[in-house]
Amino acid sequence: MKPAPFDWQAPETVEAALALKSVHGDGARFIAGGQSLVPAMNFRVAQPGVLIDLSRVAGLDSLAWSPDGSLRIGAMVRYRAIERDAEVARHLPLILEALAEVAHPQIRTRGTLGGNLCHADPASEMPAVMLALQARMEVRGPGGTRILPAADFFLGPLTTALAEDEMLAAIMVPPLPAGAGTAFLELARRRGDYAMMGVAAVLRRDGAGRCAEARLAFCSAGPTPMAAPGAAALLVGTALAAADIAAAAEAAKAEIEPMGSVQASPAYQRHLAGVLAARALTLAAERAA
Amino acid sequence: MKVRVTVNGVAHEREVEPRLLLSDFLRHEIGLTGTHVGCEHGVCGACTILWDGEPARACLAFAVQAEGHDIRTVESLAPAPGQLNALQQAFQDSHALQCGYCTPGILMTMTAFLAENPKPSEEEVRHALSGNLCRCTGYQHIVDAVLLAAERGA
Repeated sequence: MKPAPFDWQAPETVEAALALKSVHGDGARFIAGGQSLVPAMNFRVAQPGVLIDLSRVAGLDSLAWSPDGSLRIGAMVRYRAIERDAEVARHLPLILEALAEVAHPQIRTRGTLGGNLCHADPASEMPAVMLALQARMEVRGPGGTRILPAADFFLGPLTTALAEDEMLAAIMVPPLPAGAGTAFLELARRRGDYAMMGVAAVLRRDGAGRCAEARLAFCSAGPTPMAAPGAAALLVGTALAAADIAAAAEAAKAEIEPMGSVQASPAYQRHLAGVLAARALTLAAERAA
Repeated sequence: MKVRVTVNGVAHEREVEPRLLLSDFLRHEIGLTGTHVGCEHGVCGACTILWDGEPARACLAFAVQAEGHDIRTVESLAPAPGQLNALQQAFQDSHALQCGYCTPGILMTMTAFLAENPKPSEEEVRHALSGNLCRCTGYQHIVDAVLLAAERGA
């Protein structure tokens, strides 16, 4: 037994889960899939006195489409369930493309999107993807529900805007604009490892084939998932020619704040960001109708 | 805490501490030592089991979380004592193991992989294998074995 002792609670409603968190405060942790928390507990880096298991909470594990085409992903939906959903593949292929790079199948069986976003590892793929998709977070607390854009949810490494007595209940992903093309690319030392750099791109063309909208978001590129709005703005109105994409990719390198790791210096990460952004934008441009 | 888990088709009930990892539960409570414990932080894949048919790290789950779930370990693969199933036979025929420590986890990963993708390409096998570390073989013979098993319709 590697983790320190803890008390186990498995509430069946959101209200009961929130009540437990209010009682135990920062001595308690919610556990979703546990694929980041349990390693930390095995190392005893994390020693919560109480674990509040969300896997039996009713209503957190469903995928639901609204008539307007937006997708509500319950915070406890496992990655494998998202990966196998044909509608997600059809309407939000960016999620599927990025999921293939999220750790390994053995991790995705248990891992959840909600847990991943709350863990807020800036090297993780999904926070950047949610930024690029302009997802909104449905946060539940004792005072009720509040909605936070992805851009306001991630505050720093392993830090979100969630208060101590709040939990993430769902992620709401708006539909992609009609005809939008998307792409996710990353570079890691081995498949499934943390990316040294990763990028999500979303592009939409107008009737004349010119770029009407562009979004870029990077992982492993700073303290949070990093958007590059300046670079994206450079693309709007262009024909998305190779030179346009090269200029935007170059500009994106100045908008990120890579922190470096044992595997890659910040300068190398910046270089990768330029290369990967150009490739992802080229792919997204090809895919944009 | 009381936990009831089905392991390889047999229902078990035990009184456990919440902090008991599923990997330790399988080895020390149920006595199934085929599930190997390597890194105990989700990197090496040696403890891979099937959780309701899906591959998962036994070291990244607590036994109490497996309450009511169906767990399969490497011991469930062989059809009878002294026999090997088709995947195991392909591993033997291809010399896909040396020390054998990583093998149970790889067999469970590949059992789920081949069920989902019975005719994989070499590239797909290598991707599927990326969550299991082997420090002996250099992987080539493992890839060969999985492709051989697929060819034989395992």
